Amino acid sequence: MIDYESLLSERVKVVKPSGIRKFFDYAATMQDVISLGVGEPDFETPWQIRRAGIQSLEKGKTFYTSNWGLADLRREIARLAMRRYGLAYEPEKEVLVTVGGSEGIDNTIRALVSFGDEVLIPEPSFVCYTPLAIMAGGVPVPLPTYEKDQFKLTPETLRAAITPKTKLLILPYPNNPTGAIMTRSELEAIAGVIRNTNIAVISDEIYCSLTYEDRHACFAELPGMRERTIVIDGFSKSYAMTGWRLGWALGPRELMTQICKIHQFGIMCAPTTAQFAGIEAIRSCDEEVVHMRRQYDTRRRFLVSELRDIGMNCFEPKGAFYVFPHIPDCGLSSEEFCSRLLMEQRVAVVPGSAFGESGEGHVRISYSYSMNHLREACSRIRAFLKTI
Amino acid sequence: MNHPERILALLSEDARLTPAQLADMVDSTEEEVAAAIRAFEKDKTILAYKAMIDWEKTDKELITALIEVKISPEKAMGFDQIARDIYSHRQVESVYLMSGAFDLTVIINGRSMSDIARFVFDQLAPMEHVQSTSTHFILKKYKEQGVNYDPQQFDEREVLI
Repeated sequence: MIDYESLLSERVKVVKPSGIRKFFDYAATMQDVISLGVGEPDFETPWQIRRAGIQSLEKGKTFYTSNWGLADLRREIARLAMRRYGLAYEPEKEVLVTVGGSEGIDNTIRALVSFGDEVLIPEPSFVCYTPLAIMAGGVPVPLPTYEKDQFKLTPETLRAAITPKTKLLILPYPNNPTGAIMTRSELEAIAGVIRNTNIAVISDEIYCSLTYEDRHACFAELPGMRERTIVIDGFSKSYAMTGWRLGWALGPRELMTQICKIHQFGIMCAPTTAQFAGIEAIRSCDEEVVHMRRQYDTRRRFLVSELRDIGMNCFEPKGAFYVFPHIPDCGLSSEEFCSRLLMEQRVAVVPGSAFGESGEGHVRISYSYSMNHLREACSRIRAFLKTI
Repeated sequence: MNHPERILALLSEDARLTPAQLADMVDSTEEEVAAAIRAFEKDKTILAYKAMIDWEKTDKELITALIEVKISPEKAMGFDQIARDIYSHRQVESVYLMSGAFDLTVIINGRSMSDIARFVFDQLAPMEHVQSTSTHFILKKYKEQGVNYDPQQFDEREVLI
């Protein structure tokens, strides 16, 4: 009789499965549910990008690419980094094309973290960092952020968490789930804390195209930070290309060549069709990105205002496509609130606790939905709040 | 108010947005938005509010034709007046002055092909400045005014957490 328990790696077993998975599986079986749960654009990929993918297939471009990715695509990515931030990366050894941003995050953590190394992870944040750090043998250290600080990481919190074992800091801004951003001067303060340390940074900037006030500042722009930072970005959110699974990582050659080894032996290369589509995205879709950002911004303003009006205190998110309102003071945990909202008004939102302990008391609401959808959802939430 | 044309862009996508909702979306007040809309209506920048309907889903018989019209230059009395003579017919949906091989595009709705043929024979072709017409029946509508006739029915996106 095979003993699966002893077969499985302790590092994998210790990672808990997603607690709210069954909540959304259940929601999917219900009729007439309005979901505000998804974390991807509602726009289809712009047509010229899809056409470029199709044309590459018609031309028989169906082979592996270089492990690093198509040379043309790496050149376009390097040009984009120069255009956006004035940052120079060598397409040959400093730009790695990955299977979405997630693969870049995983590879980087694995390339840097040795057994027992501490990984600093702001909370609330996207759910992948902690499990990936654990599976790499690291020790995740949550850095709680609070609404009073607009969910930004403060230098004080960071300084207090650093120990001799600290290896890596994750900077997930613009942030999923809070919509928080960090301005250049706020990032300067963070850079000041780590400048004289040997701590590396993963700056997950997958939502960089979706900021609604100031231009996004890349962490690697700051003096002394390029040499220690892996910038994670990708096509999913900016160009509405989630299903294509295409992202990139930028960093100093000394780190990237090691990160590429993991990619090379684990993945080979990102999907070829997606890479051809990605070239077209960067070359010709700036206007599409602006158009989508305007749409999100309009919805963001609408949703924040509606939620405040119906009694959900709501910090103003300045990036990504989520709002992270407080649940009213009614004695319900965020999971109970979401569960009752689903059962009683058939609206599905994500409990803030899914993104770390400091998310308790909040819910994540995505506005990557049409205005009609958002209007209907708000009217149902309004009806629900009258009953609690 | 800043950029009142933002209101026009939003209304052109969804005419049912209320002034209160628009105010949230453009960072203004309900009163300012309502006043801007009244001004746009008064000076006819906003001409009408209509619903887009897929008549194929109803029992109503509806046929649409696009007619290319050439106007004889020597008799022409000004395109605007000729166009008015044409668009004043109730069945005519759109009239455009064109550059290129013909002068006016006329889009017309009718209950049947003979309905439209009657309009061309009885009304359009006999007009003294109309030199020739060429009628194309529209077989299927895919997209109109930015709206697809076959929208995606279901949100296929999954919550991945």
